[in-house]
Amino acid sequence: MLHIKNLHARVGDKEILKGLTLDINPGEVHAIMGPNGTGKSTLASIIAGKTDYEVTAGEILFHGKNILEMSADERAREGIFLAFQYPVEIPGVSTTNFMKAALNAKRKHQGLEPITAKDFLKLMNEKRQLVELDKSYLSRSINEGFSGGEKKRNEIFQMAMLEPLFSVMDETDSGLDIDALRIVAEGVNKLRNKDNAFLVITHYQRLLNYIVPDFVHVMYDGRIVKTGDKNLALRMEEKGYDWIKEEVGA
Amino acid sequence: MSDQDTILDEHIAGEYKYGFASDIAQETVAAGLSEDTVRFISAKKNEPEWMLEWRLTAYRQWLKMKQPHWQNVHFHDINFQDIIYYAAPKKKPEYKSLDEVDPELLAVYDKLGLPKEEQKILAGVAVDFVMDSESVITTYKATLAEKGIIFCSISEAIREHPALVKQYLGSVVPPRDNYYSALNSAVFSDGSFVYIPKGVRCPMELSTYFRINAQNTGQFERTLIIAEEGSYVSYLEGCTAPMRDENQLHAAVVELVTMDNAEIKYSTVQNWYPGDKEGKGGIYNFVTKRGLCKGVNSKISWTQVETGSAITWKYPSCILKGDNSIGEFYSVAVTNNYQQADTGTKMIHIGKNTRSRIVSKGISGGKSQNSYRGLVQVAGTAENAYNFSQCDSLLLGDKCGAHTFPYLEIKNKSAQVEHEATTSKIGEDLMFYCNQRGLTSEEAVDMIVNGYCKEVFKQLPMEFAVEAQKLLSISLEGSVG
Repeated sequence: MLHIKNLHARVGDKEILKGLTLDINPGEVHAIMGPNGTGKSTLASIIAGKTDYEVTAGEILFHGKNILEMSADERAREGIFLAFQYPVEIPGVSTTNFMKAALNAKRKHQGLEPITAKDFLKLMNEKRQLVELDKSYLSRSINEGFSGGEKKRNEIFQMAMLEPLFSVMDETDSGLDIDALRIVAEGVNKLRNKDNAFLVITHYQRLLNYIVPDFVHVMYDGRIVKTGDKNLALRMEEKGYDWIKEEVGA
Repeated sequence: MSDQDTILDEHIAGEYKYGFASDIAQETVAAGLSEDTVRFISAKKNEPEWMLEWRLTAYRQWLKMKQPHWQNVHFHDINFQDIIYYAAPKKKPEYKSLDEVDPELLAVYDKLGLPKEEQKILAGVAVDFVMDSESVITTYKATLAEKGIIFCSISEAIREHPALVKQYLGSVVPPRDNYYSALNSAVFSDGSFVYIPKGVRCPMELSTYFRINAQNTGQFERTLIIAEEGSYVSYLEGCTAPMRDENQLHAAVVELVTMDNAEIKYSTVQNWYPGDKEGKGGIYNFVTKRGLCKGVNSKISWTQVETGSAITWKYPSCILKGDNSIGEFYSVAVTNNYQQADTGTKMIHIGKNTRSRIVSKGISGGKSQNSYRGLVQVAGTAENAYNFSQCDSLLLGDKCGAHTFPYLEIKNKSAQVEHEATTSKIGEDLMFYCNQRGLTSEEAVDMIVNGYCKEVFKQLPMEFAVEAQKLLSISLEGSVG
């Protein structure tokens, strides 16, 4: 589904990704862990199409298409979703209106008619319950005055609404208390199916107790330096990152 | 007398078809302004002697005045001798069918979802009058007449309701008020007159849109609205569709008066031709709008969405004379390409416990300049006056400008005045967030800007608000790189 080959990227003079390779297939959940400043969030941003970074080498293929040639909105309409670490507020724009515009943009891309008001309301009602988001949030300005947990739940709600093929979750667990973490994770689990895939970026193993990954990758200095199953995450939690640094000779 | 009646009948009967089939007043006076021009206009309109005198006094005052230059807009001095002050409607429409009209203009009409017949009127294409609209207007007038509401052209009011006009015309905006109000007072062509009797709540939104002759009253329009004790009216001015117009200068005067416990809600959507992308052409919109809350507990509320004109220069204001009276100003001013806007409001607190609220949203794109200028004045008599002002500017791109000029003159210590101002850009993070959900940059700007203006839009009557949103999208097309 998503194939990243030898990806190099920099911002200004600073090289952040130094030859990253990753293959993700439908139905899989991959987790990326690693110390601060190793390029995890940069990877998420580059996949989603943020233009602050310059890709100097390598490629990212999504269903065979080179997405590095697409704008961020094209990638989104193709089915790539990023759950933001810091979701923004949009004053005066309700989650309802925002989602309607987003969903219809995607439907248009797929050659479908805009969704009817009735179907849309039904869909919203169904999806918001996945993350236990109260109805009242949907008519409020998006993320305005939301708590950290509510913002993250709203991200997963949007993911549920848009049904992306590939979702990146950028430290979705940061700033969540244990209850919110459970709600978010259970929401994601309900969205998992054989056709979609997830890339979960996190510092902590605890999220992976709920969203159980098929693969765990450790990222260090712009590369994936170790790959294993869910047990690798447990070892990381136990031993910290230092042993990885030693292992790769840093 | 019988002669006069005949002329009157002709006028009233002819009013509906004004500009399309009527033979009345086909002449055009030569360019230039003199006492003779003023006399000519007054005579053409069959005005009584007192009205002519009123115009002449205004003209003489205007002669002594100078064009103001304090505003933050730039243009060449207007040569007032080049302007034609009385032009009867064109005998023949410019075009025979819509096929001959500029396709770009038609594309805009389509985006606004205007019916073809309406497009024709706006673009200056010959139309056969649709019986439907005629019956709508008749029903409409009957309903109003039943309640004793007067809604007619100001020319008609001068002839039919001289006492009311005499009492109120110029009572809120005196001719000598400023250069353009003096000019307007001397040469105003037409406009609307509304009178709501005591205790009457006007059952519908009044709109010039229903008055066919409003198509031709453009250049020096004069509007007077009087709301008697305990009455209410909502008045809509303008049109979301860009109107083809030959006149460069528009200098209108609008006066509102509310008695005890009365309320006037005045909404404007202004979309005059802004000039082309290089800034050539376009309308100068220099308007004086002022409301007088004369009675206690009365309220005047201005809502404006300004997207058109090369230069917009206006300050819809409220004089809060009656105790406990309320003034409100909600404004969205959009400038793009080379447009310039210097707009805002004045809230003059005179009565006790008077309250005012100002919400101004300026949006600038392209190489445009957008200024908010607002005065809050609290007189010594205005115990416990309260004002809240919120002035927000949004910049799209880095070649445009936003300016805020707040003036506060407070002469009563009990006054409470709050002012909040922000200037922002649509941040990259916000754009990226919207893009990541599949919205193009243009769709994202649309959505963000509409959200930004929501507080003002929700003051507009429902249908108008929907149109205003569409209009905003069209005005901002191409503003993002």
